[in-house]
Amino acid sequence: MTVSSLSQPRLTLGPVLFNWRPETLRDFYFRIADEADVDTVCVGEVVCSKRSPFFIPHLPEVIARLAAAGKEVVLSSLALIMTERELTEARELTGAEGWLVEANDVSVAAMMGGKPFAVGPLVNVYNEGTLAYLESMGAIRTCLPAELPAAIIGQLAKSAKSEIEIQAFGRLPLAVSARCYHARSRNLAKDGCQFVCADDPDGMAVDTLDDEAFLAVNGTQTMSYHYLDLLAELADLRALGVRRFRLWPQNVDMVAVAGLFRAAMTGAMDSAAAARRLTELCPRAEFANGYVHGREGHLFVETDS
Amino acid sequence: MAVQQRPELVCPAGTPAALKSAVDAGADCVYVGFRDETNARNFPGLNFSRKDLAEGIAYAHSKGAKVLVAINTFPRAGFPEIWHQAVDDAARLGADAVILADIGLIAYAAETHPDLRLHLSVQAAASNPESIRFYAERFGVSRVVLPRVLTVHEIAALNPKIRPVETEVFVFGGLCVMAEGRCALSSYATGQSPNMNGVCSPAGQVRYVETGGSVKSKLAGFTINEFGAGEPAGYPTLCKGRFTANGKTSYLFEEPTSLNTLTMLPDLIKAGVTAFKIEGRQRGRAYVAAVVQAFRAGIDAALAGRPIPDIDLDRITEGGRQTTGAYERAWR
Repeated sequence: MTVSSLSQPRLTLGPVLFNWRPETLRDFYFRIADEADVDTVCVGEVVCSKRSPFFIPHLPEVIARLAAAGKEVVLSSLALIMTERELTEARELTGAEGWLVEANDVSVAAMMGGKPFAVGPLVNVYNEGTLAYLESMGAIRTCLPAELPAAIIGQLAKSAKSEIEIQAFGRLPLAVSARCYHARSRNLAKDGCQFVCADDPDGMAVDTLDDEAFLAVNGTQTMSYHYLDLLAELADLRALGVRRFRLWPQNVDMVAVAGLFRAAMTGAMDSAAAARRLTELCPRAEFANGYVHGREGHLFVETDS
Repeated sequence: MAVQQRPELVCPAGTPAALKSAVDAGADCVYVGFRDETNARNFPGLNFSRKDLAEGIAYAHSKGAKVLVAINTFPRAGFPEIWHQAVDDAARLGADAVILADIGLIAYAAETHPDLRLHLSVQAAASNPESIRFYAERFGVSRVVLPRVLTVHEIAALNPKIRPVETEVFVFGGLCVMAEGRCALSSYATGQSPNMNGVCSPAGQVRYVETGGSVKSKLAGFTINEFGAGEPAGYPTLCKGRFTANGKTSYLFEEPTSLNTLTMLPDLIKAGVTAFKIEGRQRGRAYVAAVVQAFRAGIDAALAGRPIPDIDLDRITEGGRQTTGAYERAWR
């Protein structure tokens, strides 16, 4: 057994996928810097390039505060890159010295020019061939796509040279589009969207005609309605070789959520107690863990542990 | 001004009979898949055995048409052999190109079959010049099927940046509203996804349930739409259902509609697109023949500078409704 496989897994706070007000987002990161027990914090706009100018003025102070607090800062790229402006912003990101970049599109990985980078969960890594190719380009960490079952995760972890990360909490990013469904829901075009996505800091709930909670919309992104909760699966995933877990920021007490995952990982709290506490921290949420069990993503599979 | 190349018409074939219909109706290329999870139309009763492919290639080549083999799902970790074998067999049987989406599989094909022509599947969602150059420079990909996210204007700006890489765009048929290959809605609801299983909103999980004079279409237990008495109940494709958000019920993602760009062909030709693709390997021979004939006539008219013939394709489009989709900016 290597030293690294004995070491504790790490916690990543994923980028905030929602359109939070710039000051809210800044204060969120300040609190994360000061109080949250996470190893790594991702910052950057992943979903819609129209949102990014508003937070840019706050970015240097946020990065500085996080770094000063001992957090590793990762700069996350946009997921769907179409325009020249978006390409230019991605080039600036990949040129940044001193920070690890998370590529959420193949183009960003290509632009790294051999420098070390992280592969985000919105890049399709389904097998060893693709993983090895990205590692040959400089990938040192790979957050796998949401829909993979544990058996595939285990295969990938076994063959990986990079650190394998698994999404463990929050609404799952399920799809990206050129079309804005938030704007469309208000009969607006994307060009004149009035940033209505900011009205739903946790995503806009999408129900079926039977009033069954189903999905959530975040601008051009479609997410799960349910929050992913892999508290009960952390130990099994670690045994498969997963070295890092990702928490997606939701509009809940993320400092407490991070603390809960840390306690479950170190064994300070058993997973059943942690799960009960999670439902208290997220009173309106429903939870799912189906994908990792090889099932429909929206299901919650009870484990015997 | 650059000399306008005659764009290729790339047509679907889910069966050997459809391949013949497409070639006879004027297809320049026919694209097909093997009868397994290696392609994104892994439906029961559909697709080609190795023997079917050999015969199909012989028929197409005898009429001057090409055959492209789509191997465009993402290989399963631990079992890449099925996908590798598909690439090997397509090369051995003389396919004119393979259409691939997965980086690892593309690397395998480029290394193992250096003479095999590679097309990048729409499932790879290469939406910008940097992504396209990545696949072209590292693996020798010759053509990219563009994701259905770009406007005609953006495609026109893209083409000069990526030459000599060719672009292929969808001109007709079922329309993904999400960036292709980057959508897990189907697996979230049903456990089966385009990327892993080659299916979206699979038929095996579809039910039509009558309740008090209306019919609900359901996918894996989720109600996707509801139809009044006498109204034809459409197929519950997940992203084309009616949902409720903020108290309002609507076709939140997209109406049940089909892409039809017949009238846009002159603009797409001017944008420098090399090939026009028709969706629908799951559709029958009649569909294939009708759409291929219409687009053959449309392309020939556009190249000759004649007006595009007004051909009614309503009867074969989803819900009888049509859209030009992402090609027009207002769609976003």
